[in-house]
Amino acid sequence: MTLSHCVILSLILCAIGVYGVLTRRNLIGILLSVEVILNGANINFAAFAHFRAVDSVAGAIFPIFVMAVSACEMAVALAIIISMYRRKRRLDVYNLEELHG
Amino acid sequence: MADWLFTHSYLILAFPLLSFLVIGLFLQRVSPEKSARFALGTAFFSMLFGVAVSGAYYVKVLAQPLLYPERTLICFDVAWLNFTPILTANMGIYLDPISVMMILVITIISFLVTCYSIGYMKGDSGFGRFFALLSLFSFSMLGLVVSSNILQMFVFWELVGVSSYTLIGFWYEKPSAVAAAKKAFIITRFADAFFLLGILAVSFYVGSFDFQKLNSIETAALLNQSFQFGSFTINLLTLSTLLIFAGGWGKSAMFPLHVWLPDAMEGPTPVSSIIHSATMVVAGVYLTARMFPLFSQSLTTLWLIQCVGAFTALFAAVIAVTQRDIKRILAFSTLSQLGYMLFSLGAAQVIYPDVPGSGLNPLAYSASMYHVFTHAFFKCMLFLGAGAIIHAVHDNDILAMGGLKALMPKTYWSLLTACLAIGGIFPFSGFWSKDAILLASLQSGHYFTFMVGLFTGGLTAFYMFRFFFLIFHGKARSDLHNVHEDPWMTVPIMLLTIPTIGAGLLEQFFVSQVTLPGLQEISNFSHPSWLPVLASLTGLTGISLAWFFYGKGRLEKAESFKRDFRSLYNVVYNKFYIDEVYLFITRKIIFAGIGSPVKWIDRHIVDGAMNLCGEILQLGGRLVRFLQNGQLQFYLGITIIGFVSLLFLGK
Repeated sequence: MTLSHCVILSLILCAIGVYGVLTRRNLIGILLSVEVILNGANINFAAFAHFRAVDSVAGAIFPIFVMAVSACEMAVALAIIISMYRRKRRLDVYNLEELHG
Repeated sequence: MADWLFTHSYLILAFPLLSFLVIGLFLQRVSPEKSARFALGTAFFSMLFGVAVSGAYYVKVLAQPLLYPERTLICFDVAWLNFTPILTANMGIYLDPISVMMILVITIISFLVTCYSIGYMKGDSGFGRFFALLSLFSFSMLGLVVSSNILQMFVFWELVGVSSYTLIGFWYEKPSAVAAAKKAFIITRFADAFFLLGILAVSFYVGSFDFQKLNSIETAALLNQSFQFGSFTINLLTLSTLLIFAGGWGKSAMFPLHVWLPDAMEGPTPVSSIIHSATMVVAGVYLTARMFPLFSQSLTTLWLIQCVGAFTALFAAVIAVTQRDIKRILAFSTLSQLGYMLFSLGAAQVIYPDVPGSGLNPLAYSASMYHVFTHAFFKCMLFLGAGAIIHAVHDNDILAMGGLKALMPKTYWSLLTACLAIGGIFPFSGFWSKDAILLASLQSGHYFTFMVGLFTGGLTAFYMFRFFFLIFHGKARSDLHNVHEDPWMTVPIMLLTIPTIGAGLLEQFFVSQVTLPGLQEISNFSHPSWLPVLASLTGLTGISLAWFFYGKGRLEKAESFKRDFRSLYNVVYNKFYIDEVYLFITRKIIFAGIGSPVKWIDRHIVDGAMNLCGEILQLGGRLVRFLQNGQLQFYLGITIIGFVSLLFLGK
């Protein structure tokens, strides 16, 4: 297992995540896709810390930060989604277009 | 008493105005019958007051020439518009011989016509509205004649035009009536535009609107200056008087602006009677008489007035000979008589080189006003009679009538007096006034217009008796059933025979009192004794010719005569194709030649340029709006595409 394998894996995860964000119509699906992007980034951090860094601890701590922050973000996002669902009775983003000009 | 009458002389106008407001706003919805009664009542009080004020004027002013050498009295004057500290337009009541005469004529005729209309308009759906509009007309016309300044006159002048418009188009469901109303309004408005220009020109130089100021010698001297306009030299006095006269030109329907008057006969007959024969159409003559001291200072203006008047008198009389519609004959006859009044005013200019004095003949002025007076009564009665006949027969074509003498005897005898009067037969009123006009033109040395007037007089007698014989004599040429006379209608007609016969007694009064103080009494004019005889003979010749062709109500001789001169007859019957010329000028030249290219430029080039600007902006807006569609995923997609492309472009 080399650095290249890890970077390719993270790239694939990131691409899958972006694809999901762009094509999913359900808000929860979009949220899950965002998580996939974040995890792709985490793998990148861990891989570079393991293979290249002089001090590998800093690189290993960063993914933990990301997980904590994304957990908070997830809580907030789910709260918004639930209130949105209560208001609209649906979570289809094509119907959520109050912001358009 | 007299002073009280003068201070409250505005009541003459207030009664019809009150009637218009009350009927127009409330009463016509409540009850048409009450509207008619109310209009009749106010017209009666207005007449009573008009007669009282005229009497007071006679006693206080005319009978005291030492106190009132000018014979004028301003008995009511309030400031109305303050343009500048020195230029103020007032609203006032100005009494002088001609305005008092017009007050009498208008209030009396207005009362009689209101009375007549109750019979004529019976059962009409617009019964109440008719009386409201008739009252509005009386108010405006009275306001016009008593105006103390030219701006006030203009305001009432336009009001008269509006009431004429609404009454011509009274039966607005008839397309021809609507067209006639529009025609009358547009043509008179066209002339009024020049009138307004004239008012502006005069008031700009003189700094006043008051007739007394405008008619003074100083004004004429002030205006008598020339200026260069391109290669022309224009005299300001001539220009401004001609501009003012242009207003009268349209209102009095002089050639070539006469085309609206025959069409105005689409209105109800009482309207034709009061507005389009007796009062409103003489407004042009009245304006000329009112401004006469100023007009008479410009020989060109007088000359033009005379030419236009004489030409219209002859022209309209020729057309009247061939017409078949009972009201159109009378309309052309009115035009002809208006021509008489105007050429008489124009003929005041003395062209004898050896006559001493001011060079103006006072008789011409008096004769013209006298003819206004007599003509108002007999022509009003002719129209009322024609209305009674139309009401009974339900047809306008005189060739379809005949034999009405036995069926409508009261109308027959009344109209006989009117026809004799307009034909100028002694001793009816028309004889005296026409004689005075002919005498005035002869005295002033206008032999050509004198001949035109004399010939027109003969022609007048001919066509009026053609009209008379075809309607009343012989056998009925169509199925006439249920012909009757309505007392509401016959009584006013019969009352009008009194002035028609008796107004001749006033000749001396008019000649001595209805003059301008500025015009000196020139006594050494000849008064040929052969003139009345000649005028009567001409009239009798006309009547005999009419009897020869149409007597006993037969048409054979006239028909064969008509066949011999078919082409000439057609030209005259179609009124010399003047209407067609107007249509050609308006449709083919103005609308097609000027209007549509201008419209095309406006629609396609001017509007096109503006629309292009708008469309470019809209296009930009549509592009931006496409980007901001509210879909976060779309935004994210664009962001990623942008980011990736930056990544590659950055290399």
